[in-house]
Amino acid sequence: MAEPRLIEISPVTRVEGHGKVTIHLDKDGMVDEARLHIVEFRGFERFIHGRLLWEVPVIVQRLCGICPVSHHLAAAKAMDVICGVDELPPTAEKMRRLMHYGQVMQSHVLHFFHLAAPDLLFGFDAPADRRNIFEVLREKPELGRRAIMMRKFGQDIIQATAGKKIHGTAAIPGGINRNLPIETRDGFLKTVAEMQDWAMDALALARDYTLDHAEMVGGFAAFPSKYMSLVREGDGALDLYHGNLRMIDAEGGTIFDQLPYDRYHEVLVEDVRSWSYMKFPFIKEIGPDTGWYRVGPLARMNTVSLIDTPLANAARDELMAAHGTVKVHAVLANHWARMIEVLHCVEKITELLHDPDLQGTDLKATGERREEGIGVIEAPRGNLIHHYKVDENDQVTYCNLIVSTTHNNEGMNRAVKDVAVKHISGQPEITEGMLNHVEVAIRAYDPCLSCATHALGQMPLEVELLDAAGQTLDKRARAT
Amino acid sequence: MSGFSFQIDGVEVTAKNGQTIMEAADEAGIYIPRLCDHEGLRHQGGCRVCTVKAGGRSVAACTQPAALDLVVENETPHINKLRRDLVGMLFNEGNHLCPICEASGNCELQAMAYRLGMTEPTKFPYLEPCRPVDASHPDIALDNNRCISCGRCVRASQDVDGKGIFGYVGRGIHRHIAANGPDLQHTDAEVTDFAISAEVCPVGCIIRKREGFARPIGERDYDDHLIGYDIEKKRDE
Repeated sequence: MAEPRLIEISPVTRVEGHGKVTIHLDKDGMVDEARLHIVEFRGFERFIHGRLLWEVPVIVQRLCGICPVSHHLAAAKAMDVICGVDELPPTAEKMRRLMHYGQVMQSHVLHFFHLAAPDLLFGFDAPADRRNIFEVLREKPELGRRAIMMRKFGQDIIQATAGKKIHGTAAIPGGINRNLPIETRDGFLKTVAEMQDWAMDALALARDYTLDHAEMVGGFAAFPSKYMSLVREGDGALDLYHGNLRMIDAEGGTIFDQLPYDRYHEVLVEDVRSWSYMKFPFIKEIGPDTGWYRVGPLARMNTVSLIDTPLANAARDELMAAHGTVKVHAVLANHWARMIEVLHCVEKITELLHDPDLQGTDLKATGERREEGIGVIEAPRGNLIHHYKVDENDQVTYCNLIVSTTHNNEGMNRAVKDVAVKHISGQPEITEGMLNHVEVAIRAYDPCLSCATHALGQMPLEVELLDAAGQTLDKRARAT
Repeated sequence: MSGFSFQIDGVEVTAKNGQTIMEAADEAGIYIPRLCDHEGLRHQGGCRVCTVKAGGRSVAACTQPAALDLVVENETPHINKLRRDLVGMLFNEGNHLCPICEASGNCELQAMAYRLGMTEPTKFPYLEPCRPVDASHPDIALDNNRCISCGRCVRASQDVDGKGIFGYVGRGIHRHIAANGPDLQHTDAEVTDFAISAEVCPVGCIIRKREGFARPIGERDYDDHLIGYDIEKKRDE
């Protein structure tokens, strides 16, 4: 090719939020630069200023319609601290945990079956009109039915614990505003065993796909990195609701461990770049060039010492053994990790449903007011940090949110470039299927772009091809 | 006290001398929508949501005395359209963000919009006023973004509490409720005042601190019933 070009994929589809990809090709048609741009801004961190502290868990969850429970709970945990509550009544903590497990389950099921499965079942190069959930339902009706019913089960758990399937109000500073009636519990107990069977089948599907395509998975946007998540205090087990921070390097070496999460700002800082509304967090001591890291289901499988539910723990052992390396770096293995977590959530939900504390009536604790609170949780997409300061009038004066997708910003950009170099460099013609490879890499992170930028709005993403002078030469934008 | 009868939407209603149309209707189990009126407070006739046609004229049912053989129209498409527009304008004048408001589910403005079938934003422009929150009082906050100037707190504070904590300031479109002092902490307001109680403020403007979202979804005033249900159920009893 005589002239440099710019490819633009816009919007990137089957992800939550609005973004685009630009791929710069030099005059020889080789990829010079490839970036994931987040093109919206929402401003939650600013307009929450002046609002009253008990409103915060209800307001900030409006960042997202996919995993609002994560924001609801992270904010509630921060407000617990501000209200001087270091330990919730057992009923309150267990209700919140149940809500969270229902949330992680439904979000992972949504991603795996509705968003990623069309790529995995029909191929990355399949015609675009086949790559959707309706085609999955047409060709694999039983799989599609289970996808819908599993998501419904998770959503029903959220409704029973939060009051609504989306944007409930149950977590209040210091506790919860409801318990779980015995008849509601009995309803869930009738179906939870079937959910566990289906979770096992979904896990087998994700595992078999990864193993059957081991060569492709091992080379597709797979690169080593550092990983971070919460781990349970003491034994370092997977704990999606609470724990301390653990960061490991690509070989599994400890960067920090059992760090109380209210000290996150001592180890992490955020970089800003002019071409994206999403920040780039990195480890303060190491710096932005090499101090980036990843979070999410696969990161959690890498960081934790064990999983405290037997089926999920065995599944994790199999995942780690199958890759033959100390840690798993293949981004597409996220799907396998995600299904391990679905199984873990179902096991935890079963355990909680048998716990009589859920019918307790001591729902809220009080304590001595503090000015500052930090709440951290493992959201479906990874570590989620909420940090607030509140004045003596109960009004918010400071808010900082570091969302899972933000932690993964550098990783996603590297994945985009990796795939662009392998699949687009030197190609005489750029096909839609090639561009979908870029989207598949982004999709594996299950990014929630609207959460990450706190941006209003429309959901989709785009890919753009620029020449050396920055002129747009080609652009792919799909209807939203 | 002697009585007489009149009609509301074709239903024969008995009234006592001196009763307003709304008072007689309430006793008969006929709900006439209202926002500024509240049991135990003097009538104001301010919001006009209780507008009915009485003898062919549009009047406020909360202040208009009932009269012998009066023919009143209440639940007609035309009157409900007028009420829906009035309620819509109340939404547009303030900053009513139901999804994040702690009064949601207990809010009379929201419930009235549901009852009147307001399913989408109105045709009127949003004024989006800039109204800061006064959270200076240790137990009470005032979020004027949600105020509809119904004046129930003004009457409750003056007539029941005997304090006069709230009053109107400004004129025309700028008229609004304000605390009788530079801010709420410099008034005699107490969380035990009737004016501060949950039943007086129909929206989420007067806030008792640290109570927000304590009532779960499903147990709030209007989760299962339309506003006016408590009056209408009298007809079934």
